[in-house]
Amino acid sequence: MERLLHSRNFLGLVFMVPAGVLLLLFLTYPLGLGVWLGFTDAKVGRTGAWVGLENYQFLLGDSVARLALFNTLFYTVVASVLKFVLGLWLALLLNKHLPFKAFLRAVVLLPFIVPTALSAIAFWWLYDAQFSVLSWVLTRLGWIDRYIDFLGDPWNARWSVVAANVWRGVPFIAITLLAGLQTISPSLYEAAAIDGATPWQQFWNVTLPLLTPIIAVVMTFSVLFTFTDFQLIYVLTRGGPLNATHLMATLAFQRAIPGGALGEGSALAVAMVPFLLAAILFSYFGLQRRKWQQGGTDA
Amino acid sequence: MASVTLKDVRKAFGSTPVVHGVSVEILDGEFAVLVGPSGCGKSTLLRMIAGLEEITGGAIEIGGRVVNDVLPKERDIAMVFQNYALYPHMTVADNMGFSLKLAKRPRQEIEDRVREAAKILGLTEYLERYPRQLSGGQRQRVAMGRAIVRNPQVFLFDEPLSNLDAKLRVQMRTEIKELHQRLKTTSIYVTHDQIEAMTMADKIVVMNAGRVEQIGAPLELYDDPANLFVAGFIGSPAMNFLPGRVVANGAGLAVELGGGVRVAAPRVQAPLAPGREVTVGVRPEHFAVSAQGVPAEVIVVEPTGADTQIFCNLAGVEVSAVVRERHAFRPGEAIRLAPQLAYLFDPGNGARIR
Ligand SMILES: Nc1ncnc2c1ncn2[C@@H]1O[C@H](COP(=O)(O)OP(=O)(O)OP(=O)(O)O)[C@@H](O)[C@H]1O
Ligand SMILES: [Mg+2]
Repeated sequence: MERLLHSRNFLGLVFMVPAGVLLLLFLTYPLGLGVWLGFTDAKVGRTGAWVGLENYQFLLGDSVARLALFNTLFYTVVASVLKFVLGLWLALLLNKHLPFKAFLRAVVLLPFIVPTALSAIAFWWLYDAQFSVLSWVLTRLGWIDRYIDFLGDPWNARWSVVAANVWRGVPFIAITLLAGLQTISPSLYEAAAIDGATPWQQFWNVTLPLLTPIIAVVMTFSVLFTFTDFQLIYVLTRGGPLNATHLMATLAFQRAIPGGALGEGSALAVAMVPFLLAAILFSYFGLQRRKWQQGGTDA
Repeated sequence: MASVTLKDVRKAFGSTPVVHGVSVEILDGEFAVLVGPSGCGKSTLLRMIAGLEEITGGAIEIGGRVVNDVLPKERDIAMVFQNYALYPHMTVADNMGFSLKLAKRPRQEIEDRVREAAKILGLTEYLERYPRQLSGGQRQRVAMGRAIVRNPQVFLFDEPLSNLDAKLRVQMRTEIKELHQRLKTTSIYVTHDQIEAMTMADKIVVMNAGRVEQIGAPLELYDDPANLFVAGFIGSPAMNFLPGRVVANGAGLAVELGGGVRVAAPRVQAPLAPGREVTVGVRPEHFAVSAQGVPAEVIVVEPTGADTQIFCNLAGVEVSAVVRERHAFRPGEAIRLAPQLAYLFDPGNGARIR
């Protein structure tokens, strides 16, 4: 008993119990329930019966579900690429010696701090068919002669929600990459400058390779959050027009709660899991593990 | 290869001047060491030569060409950094070959030159490793290898050995010196360690607070220091300084130290008037234990085997003496120390009285 209490492993287990219980309660249970419901024909107010893969078969043939998959992939890929490029650009900019550096960094974080629902409402106004500030400014500048129907046209709406998502997601990426940039020793750039590297070559040969581990982490998170996005879409478009902006998450919710088809909605939600797992595995094996940093820090 | 000439080089960070007009001429193939206490501006000066720091005033010439506004990569120099600045994501071979790759040299040539440098530095087995898989000394060698594959006009070293342990430092000191004898590339080496400076340099530039105190060959500085600073900085253990006053002593002159102790005044050309305040400098190794000496009281005796270091109180000042013979003095014991060679300095401006 004495020995047991003093063993590190045993104590470790003891300390992990509360966290484990919480995880089981709040993570595994809902997830398990979701998976289970996906195999039933449950409706709101009625426990379902086991139907096997019926829900999944139905979704495969469902054109709206297929459109939602396309929308989700489009939304995730385009928004993530834009967020990455803009975030990296901002990070590089903020890493320079700027006046009011601390202030600028705080400003960049603003979109991240504002609750999503709130910023979504702001975008809703920006995109309003009649009161859009954007349209107003553009007409004033004489660039357009008719107000843009941001959320009424399928492709306009797709790009508009992507823009809102990018606006909201860039700060997180910029600040994280900025933290990564600051861990790169300035003497590496000096060494590269003496070795004959132009600023552009320094970026490609020093900055980017040394940043890949952190890029991998932050982009994995970004892809996961974008793929599973719900709030922004639900406030801005509710999936419309013509389901053009329905993501898998919003469609799953719509089918399950307002639509009442709990089983079908669950199946749709569960169908997101393989994509997410693939993204995680890709980032973990493809990007995150670098030979030069395996098993320790660098000097 | 090339000479490096600094003409009244100045540097200010914002409104704070840190280098106040340094003029040095380093000849083609020379190994010059910039030495001075921490914060005196050595690194800043070296970085200005490398082109990493802008020059506020004056001119820097490399091989007769003014390089004030030339980019680092066009100065044809290589630099070894104190923290080595190896690219952590590149193997040893890639680290060493990076500059050649950027210069678009053919693959085969890069490989040959990297192998050649690796052979000189004993790194052949480590070419495929990453920096973090190397010991400190090996990283240091890679940093040097990166410099030598380029075959530059000038090598710049910024305290390259300060992160190594004492034994390795001594070994690398010799290796760098040998390397220089072999390659004969003009080298500028920054250190705050005067032993490194003495053992490696053809020419030492002693700096203090952004100014050059003296330039000369190691033994010149040791034998003929220009002022109190250089006298105290060069030589280990450091020179002892005793305040005193010139007094007439029979036909000649003497210096009276504290407590009425008198030592013969060193022969100098400058006129010495009795009553003048002076500082007498005596190197520890220039004291001899001798009946003709002045009285001193032993504080501690430290035998090192080869010689004996005696700390004692001489005329109210703690001095150290290093003698070849072995002594077993006890603390408090009264002995006599005779200065064999002494220097005189003006205590006001620190200048040597010659
Ligand atoms: N970027 C900078 N901005 C402002 N002051 C600086 C800067 N770099 C150096 N200094 C100042 O310039 C002076 C000289 O610095 P430098 O690094 O050249 O000293 P050093 O002789 O190399 O010292 P050490 O032996 O500690 O390396 C110091 O007082 C330092 O505070
Ligand atoms: Mg320095």
